[in-house]
Amino acid sequence: MAKVRGTGMAAVNYPTGMNLGGDPSQALIHATTSGSFNVVLAATDLGQGLRTVMAQIAAETLGVPYEQIVIQTADTDTGPHDMGTFASRATHRVGNAVKVAAIEARDAVLQLASEELEASVSDLELDGEGNVRVVGSPDKSLAIADLASRAQFQYGRTIAGRGVWMKPKSEVDPETGAMDPDSTQAYACTVAEVEVDTETGIVTVLSIRSAYEVGRQVNPKLVQGQIVGGAWMAVSHALYETTEPYYPSRDHRPKDFGDYLMPGPADMPAVESVVLEVPSANGPYGVKGVGEMTANSPIPALVNAIHDAIGVRIDTLPVTPEAILRALDAKQAEAAADAPAPAEEASA
Amino acid sequence: MTADLNIVGKSVARNDGTGFVTGRTQYTADLAFPGMLHLKVVRSPVHHARILGVDLSAAREVKGFVRALTHEDVPHNVYTILGLIGVEPEEEFVLAVDRVRYMGEPIVAILAETEAAANEAVAAVRLDLEELPAVFDMEEALAEGAPVVTHWGNNTFIYEGDTKRKVRLGDVEQGFAEADHVIEHTYRTSPIEHAPTETTGCIAVPEANGRYTVYTNTQAIYFSLDNTAIILQVPNNQLRFIGGTVGGGFGGKVDVIVEPLATLGAMLTGRPVRYVYTRTEEMQVSSTRSAEIITIKDGIMADGRIHARKVTALVDCGAYSRQTPYAITKLAANAAGPYRIPNVWIDAYCVYTNRTPTSAMRGFGVTWVTFAHEIQMDRIAELVGLDPWTVRFLNAHRNGDTKPHRKIVADATLIETMQAAAELVGHELPAEQRAMTSAPRDAEGGR
Repeated sequence: MAKVRGTGMAAVNYPTGMNLGGDPSQALIHATTSGSFNVVLAATDLGQGLRTVMAQIAAETLGVPYEQIVIQTADTDTGPHDMGTFASRATHRVGNAVKVAAIEARDAVLQLASEELEASVSDLELDGEGNVRVVGSPDKSLAIADLASRAQFQYGRTIAGRGVWMKPKSEVDPETGAMDPDSTQAYACTVAEVEVDTETGIVTVLSIRSAYEVGRQVNPKLVQGQIVGGAWMAVSHALYETTEPYYPSRDHRPKDFGDYLMPGPADMPAVESVVLEVPSANGPYGVKGVGEMTANSPIPALVNAIHDAIGVRIDTLPVTPEAILRALDAKQAEAAADAPAPAEEASA
Repeated sequence: MTADLNIVGKSVARNDGTGFVTGRTQYTADLAFPGMLHLKVVRSPVHHARILGVDLSAAREVKGFVRALTHEDVPHNVYTILGLIGVEPEEEFVLAVDRVRYMGEPIVAILAETEAAANEAVAAVRLDLEELPAVFDMEEALAEGAPVVTHWGNNTFIYEGDTKRKVRLGDVEQGFAEADHVIEHTYRTSPIEHAPTETTGCIAVPEANGRYTVYTNTQAIYFSLDNTAIILQVPNNQLRFIGGTVGGGFGGKVDVIVEPLATLGAMLTGRPVRYVYTRTEEMQVSSTRSAEIITIKDGIMADGRIHARKVTALVDCGAYSRQTPYAITKLAANAAGPYRIPNVWIDAYCVYTNRTPTSAMRGFGVTWVTFAHEIQMDRIAELVGLDPWTVRFLNAHRNGDTKPHRKIVADATLIETMQAAAELVGHELPAEQRAMTSAPRDAEGGR
């Protein structure tokens, strides 16, 4: 009995969004008289940071500081329709809707600025800090806050935008399965190292190192949050979690976190990663999506690493200590059966 | 690469972070309203039974009992969550009528002045059940003579008249005949719980103007509102749903389970109603990720290329399919992984059993099949004597390739992602793998 180490890898792709029934989201934006912008949505923030990335996309498009954006979401009396937060779709779909709405609001700003500055819209640019200026004439500029105020009190105009983004419905051909089920694909490759105690069956995860290609990152720290959280979930799925340890038997169902085992901080290695950015063709600023797939590549990488360590393939999740000990026993029994039996056979 | 952008690409501090780390973020269960009632559910104690009788007389005597809701109170009691996007048939009961199909299935809802009174009244409800044979194993559920879970006579979801979701490309049997090796392995996974920190819940509040405001931690607020309006047969504009802040979803809160009953309770009592799962309900009654049995048969060429793949996937949806039929379509679209395979045959079955319904979960239909195809890739490498990196570079799909479901690959970066991973871990790639790209094969004169 010993502690043995192994390394495993896995590579995956992951689709963004859905196809059945169409997959739309909407956004509405309007300027306040002080030049900040309210972005009204019906999308849910699951904790991944949707409010933050939507504020970034709106600020980027409108040319105002991030702090000038207020996100109001998920009140159906005010928020326009949204399919929901799932399928790694929110940054892509809602982000596109916000961008479309922000472009319409920005055009209203530029139209007003062109009248005030007596310059054509095509000669105007946004400085990203809340000002419109004439290209090549830095002294000819106006604050968006002033324009927003004048729009309301002087001109009686709205500075507002509507946005929608939809992946059209794609019927599945029932005979061939032909379909267009996603908007783009993100990729991941994980290398995991484990140490297996062949006496206890306990697996210690030594490292999880991954490369991700997620299109444009809107907020790299939030992407890191997804990567680290996904690695935890993956270790949990690969080695710990089950509601029914002897599935399909329904015995031993958990009542609480006391008997639903998941890894704690001491069970996790440092999670290392690199992120590549190859902008997608159809996401806002080239976004693809990172949410769900971060849990996918580490699972098979860990199971492949266990095989590398103990020389036995385990094809059933989760790979608990019991599963490892049973696999090692089976391997030993197989080896014993294969070996030429000593005394009896000789005497027979 | 973000030199042309001001804010996109920058790690600005999240605008809701302070609330989370100081404990001031308000979640659904933090809300309370004057006169609020508590809703608790009488659930099936067995896996499969005929309901012969429900006796509420002792429950009504419990101090604090306000009223019970039964299937007769629910205007449109049979529904399917995906009915909104045209998925049929309606199959799940908001409250059971004459049969329960899984342990934990709701039969009666109790509204009471306090949580304790609601629990006491739930315990006082007497059920007269005739237990029926139950099936828990997918292979048994598909066998002749198995107990039938559904109301249409067999234990599979029906896709456009077929018992399975199919994908077909090329000629898989000829592909096996042409291959140098054929291997077949079966991968199995267990149900798992979403285990969100915040349990599923909502509070429905009657407003003075005759409308109902529902505070909820749903992941999909219009999905929840629209389904609730259908179940309660009220105009959508009579409902206002407020949410947006969720303490962990992972797919479990795409189901629409708590809102219809809480809103019905508010309508019938004129008082706010709180229905929030206990941790045990979250663990045992809320949907899980499906268990799956995935068999992959591959025809492999001597050089390691996958020439043909046949996948048979059984996905356990439990007693009601919820979002699972959709997950299976995603499984079918992803069973080849990020690899080019010219001959593919996929049969994916949504199998009903007498267990907790399964539904959406992070990685929806893809996580388990990814596990299966990536263990299989290592087996292929071993079979032909390649290292795990090489077999993946060799089979990697590239822009312009055709996937089994006939979508042309675009935005592909598997090769570049593996190159970056190799560099990260210090794995030396041979020159030809370092030189590969995901550019279309034609651009380089093919493979």
